[in-house]
Amino acid sequence: MHYLAEGLRLPTNGLDYTILAIYFAVVLGIGFAARASVKTSLDFFLSGRSLPAWVTGLAFVAANLGATEILGMAATGAQYGVAVVHWYWIGAIPAMVFLGLVMMPFYYGSKVRSVPEFLLQRFDRSAHLLSSVLFAFAAILIAGVNLYALSIVVEALLGWPQWVSIVVAGFFVLAYITVGGLSSAIYNEVLQFFVILAALIPLTVLGLKRVGGWDGLTGSLEKSHGGDFLTAWGGTGIGDANPLGANWLTIILGLGFVLSFGYWTTNFAEVQRALSAKNLSAAKRTPLIAAFPKIFIVFLVMIPGLVAAVLVPKIGTAGSDLTYNDAIPLLMQELLPNGVLGIAVTGLLAAFMAGMAANVSSFNTVFTSDIWAKYVKPGRDDAYYLRFGRLITAIGVLASIGTAFIAASFSNIMSYLQTLFSFFNVPMFVVFIIGMFWKRASMKSGVWGLVAGTAAAMVNYFWIYKQGIIDIPSDQGANFVSAIVGFAAGAVVMVVVTLFTAPKPEAELAGLVYGTRSPGLEEPPAEGDDAWYRRPALLGWGAIVIAALCYVPYSF
Amino acid sequence: MSELHREVSDLESKSATAARLFDIRRIIGGLFAVYGVIVTIAGITASDADLEKAQDININLWTGLAMLALGLFFLAWLKLRPIVPPPAGPAQSTEPTE
Repeated sequence: MHYLAEGLRLPTNGLDYTILAIYFAVVLGIGFAARASVKTSLDFFLSGRSLPAWVTGLAFVAANLGATEILGMAATGAQYGVAVVHWYWIGAIPAMVFLGLVMMPFYYGSKVRSVPEFLLQRFDRSAHLLSSVLFAFAAILIAGVNLYALSIVVEALLGWPQWVSIVVAGFFVLAYITVGGLSSAIYNEVLQFFVILAALIPLTVLGLKRVGGWDGLTGSLEKSHGGDFLTAWGGTGIGDANPLGANWLTIILGLGFVLSFGYWTTNFAEVQRALSAKNLSAAKRTPLIAAFPKIFIVFLVMIPGLVAAVLVPKIGTAGSDLTYNDAIPLLMQELLPNGVLGIAVTGLLAAFMAGMAANVSSFNTVFTSDIWAKYVKPGRDDAYYLRFGRLITAIGVLASIGTAFIAASFSNIMSYLQTLFSFFNVPMFVVFIIGMFWKRASMKSGVWGLVAGTAAAMVNYFWIYKQGIIDIPSDQGANFVSAIVGFAAGAVVMVVVTLFTAPKPEAELAGLVYGTRSPGLEEPPAEGDDAWYRRPALLGWGAIVIAALCYVPYSF
Repeated sequence: MSELHREVSDLESKSATAARLFDIRRIIGGLFAVYGVIVTIAGITASDADLEKAQDININLWTGLAMLALGLFFLAWLKLRPIVPPPAGPAQSTEPTE
């Protein structure tokens, strides 16, 4: 995201600004219109558990379509070629399907309001407090990075000074979440999803035409970058050199299993969208509905990335003043006339704001219901927590404006934060998976698993990788290895601690562990939910099969 | 466990979202219809320079028409399948709102 090259200034005119202004007006309008629906803290934090599946599903995918996703994945496409599909087809779809089919009955059925609250039910207060604090901390940092990334892009593209765009975007997010709560955030995410598609599809079409279609694109890249650039698995044998710095084993285990399952199944900014669904069937379908657009969005970021690699063969190297992150802004500048250009700028800004809003709206939930209401001021009435939730939203946004300015003072915070994020998600995932599938896992094992997993991932990254104890060719490759190490360490420590400490009484595990059921949860299926196209198993396995088929043309 | 169940069920019964939340289909439909018209007009009045920049595709026209179609689709869906407001349960709290 950093230092978008000078000279990317877009030729925007009044038409483009009109389109942008209409969008901002609608965003605020949604916030104020959603206000009427907020009566309890549950309305504010989880939309009263009342939204239909297609809304939560699109919000689920849109919450992920933030800064790193659009510019970052196009950059990855320009840098590593077709291998970027791994982040989608193996690095997202299986985890999303697992969340929907296997984990959602426990999340939604146990009526927990957040991911840390599940740990409180399954383990104990120390695991709960530790995970809440880590999550709240990470959420504010990441919201700040989104805001900072936005300001860099806006400065490069539109020429607004950084502080203006940080304050303006911060203000809009503050206004619509404080007023309308999660409903407002989710509705804006659904809207943003369509605006982003309207921005990326024309860009992809024109980009392909510019380089002579798919054949022209692959022909040029084969000449300039070699054949492996256009395959998903080329050069990923163990010991082979490839630009990704990873082999098939670390891709499947590190990215496909640990990192991706950690992100998609335990990151509350995502899971919160599913928890706001109106019933268990809709909650299960939320990540499954999200999986289908996710399978195909990769083409809309990969192709612009590849086109940029053709147009500027030296992109990202010392011989060019363009970085990989410039791929999409470059094509916008080169190809889009006023009008569609305004849509594209709006889509980018919307993506950044939604990425930030997802973090802020999950932060306020965890901070209010998991930290404040449990450990600081328990036992107040619901109206108090609703007021406090609004207040902490405002504080959270102001804090992320602060962290945005801190982020601005670091040169490469984006990749660092992704690494840090994997430190926290991976241990959370191991604690979840063991807690959910192993009844014996003791109350104390939760917190020690978290601590050990985080510590091991950090040791691997800072000591073994950074000090060069073992040679790993790239940051990405190191992230994959850290994830595997963190997972293994967390698992081992949990097993050992369990052997020496008392298990949780069986009666308290009902509905939290695989093979048990929540008492009194025989919810009759809602009308129409038995339609064949709404069956979760069909949706889930359908997504897996399509993702696997998508690999075929890029694997041989 | 059961305490959490009770608390959340209680809040759910007081929740106002399902009954009061406006329909997002109206917003998406409205915004895309407006954007569609604006961008289509930009496409109809496109200059030669615009066309040349966009690889001789009238991208504004096509994008505009597609956005208009999406907007109309959402508005039609809204019209054909309006949300049936859930009946106000006896558990609705009586505190005055707005």
